[in-house]
Amino acid sequence: MALDTPKRDFKIVGTRVPRPDGIDKVTGKAAYGADITATGMLHGRILRSPHAHARIISIDTSAAEAAEGVKAIVTSADFATPDDAGIRDIRDNCLALDKVLYDGHAIAAVAATSKSAAKAAIRLIRVEYEILPHVTDVDAAMKPDAPIVQSGRAFESVPAGMSQNVHSHVEFGHGDLDAGFANADKIIERTFKTAATHQGYIEPQACMANLGADGRGELWCCTQGQYMVRENCAAILGIEASQLRVTSSEIGGGFGGKTTTFIEPVALALSRKSGKPVKIVMTREEVFRATGPTVSTSMDVKIGMKNDGRITAARAELRYQGGAFPNHTVEFGAQAAFAAYDLAAVQTLGWGVMTNRPKEVAYRAPGAPTAIYAVESVVDELCQQLNLDPLDVRLLNAARKGTLSAYGPTFNEIGLVATLEAAKNHPHYTAPLGENQGRGLSCGFWFNFGGNTCVSLNLNSDGTVGVVEGNPDIGGSRASISMMAAEELGIPYDKVRTVIADTTSLGFNDVTDGSRVTFAVGLATIEAARAAKNEMCARVAKLWGIDTDAVQWEDGSVKPAGPNAGEHAPMSIADIAAIADETGGPIAGHHEVNADGAGVSFGVHLVDTEVDPETGATTVLRYTVFQDAGKAVHPDYVEGQMQGGAVQGIGWALNEEYIYGDDGLLQNASLLDYRVPVASDLPNIETVILEIPNPGHPYGVRGVGETPIVPPLAAISNAVSRAAGIRLTELPMSPPRILHAITQRRDG
Amino acid sequence: MVKVKLWGSLRQFADDQEWVDVDASNFKELLDQLSHLYPALRPKIERGVSLAVDGVIYRNAWFTQISDENEIVLMPYMVGG
Repeated sequence: MALDTPKRDFKIVGTRVPRPDGIDKVTGKAAYGADITATGMLHGRILRSPHAHARIISIDTSAAEAAEGVKAIVTSADFATPDDAGIRDIRDNCLALDKVLYDGHAIAAVAATSKSAAKAAIRLIRVEYEILPHVTDVDAAMKPDAPIVQSGRAFESVPAGMSQNVHSHVEFGHGDLDAGFANADKIIERTFKTAATHQGYIEPQACMANLGADGRGELWCCTQGQYMVRENCAAILGIEASQLRVTSSEIGGGFGGKTTTFIEPVALALSRKSGKPVKIVMTREEVFRATGPTVSTSMDVKIGMKNDGRITAARAELRYQGGAFPNHTVEFGAQAAFAAYDLAAVQTLGWGVMTNRPKEVAYRAPGAPTAIYAVESVVDELCQQLNLDPLDVRLLNAARKGTLSAYGPTFNEIGLVATLEAAKNHPHYTAPLGENQGRGLSCGFWFNFGGNTCVSLNLNSDGTVGVVEGNPDIGGSRASISMMAAEELGIPYDKVRTVIADTTSLGFNDVTDGSRVTFAVGLATIEAARAAKNEMCARVAKLWGIDTDAVQWEDGSVKPAGPNAGEHAPMSIADIAAIADETGGPIAGHHEVNADGAGVSFGVHLVDTEVDPETGATTVLRYTVFQDAGKAVHPDYVEGQMQGGAVQGIGWALNEEYIYGDDGLLQNASLLDYRVPVASDLPNIETVILEIPNPGHPYGVRGVGETPIVPPLAAISNAVSRAAGIRLTELPMSPPRILHAITQRRDG
Repeated sequence: MVKVKLWGSLRQFADDQEWVDVDASNFKELLDQLSHLYPALRPKIERGVSLAVDGVIYRNAWFTQISDENEIVLMPYMVGG
């Protein structure tokens, strides 16, 4: 769908209306995954591997089965064999097949009448293991003699002779690299490493399953996509999708981490076996050990620059490990790495690698933050060494309309230059800095997409409106969808209520990911509202005895289109709804679409930090986010996304990391030892929204949820490196790591 | 006939060509023709690819019209978080 008009005066879109879920959430009334209960419900508990890598010789459940209160025990033998290879991997991650592939890998599950009985029974399951050598580091896993996590999983693009842990290889780029580097006045080449980090959602995974022996089931869970859960679970349980109804609860964060299934098929299998509803709630330790963090990486970046700041050539080689199963994350890192630049010669290579770690799951803009961290760090160091202004250099080299992107296509209208100029003109950029303080900036990029979407819009008899959509509200979509429906219909926001459908109540919807919901569901909502308006116009025209062409929709009413249409008093939505029975029955609009045209997104982050030279501790002093958001439907939520991305990025850059011991076991599976930022770590995150309309949406809306996580890693690293007086090349930049770098600099 | 750009690591499966000529008027025909002309591309195509037409990225949109006036670039299948 194309943009309606380049400039439009909105009445509701763009305002800061009250959020419909606010009171429920602050009063504790909102029902999250763990809040769902059922009569006769059992409690499920999962046995997990204490080893990083081991063959399962046998599983003896006899003692556990005999324990008091135990009603069912399941293993992978209780699962079916899905046709889809990706879902088979999900199945084998939910309950291990013949090998445990990482510390925390699920092996068996118990359903019992109490939590304590389930916990006790788990300890009675006897598993005989053959311990296998393990590997958790990406570079080590790529060595030819590395322990093999899984055999035969490499895609056809991987050259022969590499470790079997290397499952994928990609290459993007264009131009003559050799000539470009030969033309450079300065070349910097650096190697970077980043630790795996968790999405850090507050709500652990939780579900309640009720699957009868007849194969009909109900499942309630916290998820980013109830339809995805239905598809995965139906395939893994060997039942038809129509027999499983999945209802999403309120969700306490996801950030990509709830775009797959972990416990849901297990709970369903336990329910089917026991004949009772079964609830499973993950502990925080389980969330860390067994749900997917993002990738950890090892990356080489080489960039050549002229003395005036023009980049002559750029090359990156990315090595991403995503745990014990193949994934595609490195493809997106490789495409995003140099997207912000207009380059004559560029090449990005990517390698996807398996290790004995939990199966990686998407984390906002998967793959992009780490690649762009490495690229933007080298650009910043070049600016330092050539004594150039880092914003001027970005502007000089910025991608714009007509730029051949590093990942292939030529850019249309994009907002990077406007975003950079906004940063340059902001008072933050020229504010003075003190001793041990540094300022960093970084560009960020993400693709965004639309995807499969269904919306129904129903006119109630009193003239109010109900909208039914199929994506869990993870970032304010009930408000933004209601706003777009109200805008289109010309009625007040509080006359519209948007609810999230279960899987039987609406057609298929893709997961809430890809920054897609406000764009795609909004687009479908506008179309559904237009369908309802057309129907209302037709009914009123019939009532007035004139052609449909002779009426028009204006300010929430049907009116004569002109003097030739006759004298008729306008009819409001409420007027039309009141006589719907007599004019043809219920009035509704719906729209189903696989939406495209989401439009890529750029952001720029600017951050000031102070580094304590005695302790290596970093204080984030000031932080400003600039982003092309398209039309900001609800600016509070847009600013929230921008602030949230910055905060998650601060954690990723400074403290968060999965730490594995030599034994291959996770050392810090708790929020005490895995340090996420808290309020006292943070300054106010300032935001500057640039509203450059997306030509692919009737209101100009663009996805905003993922781009804000992309720039912080580099922006903070650049600020810390300038403050500490030494270039940091590894994340997180924890105090010991910074102190070590400062000490090395002092010691020469 | 349209010209389709392949990303670097796909070119080894299409006689090392960056641009390939394909007789297709929409996304579906393009995928079918690529699989037919270069069977080694089939596994990747079956796992999923996106298509950029004049810079706009499409996923699974078989009936997207294309012509020799469009810039057509094959891309990995988009996912997000």
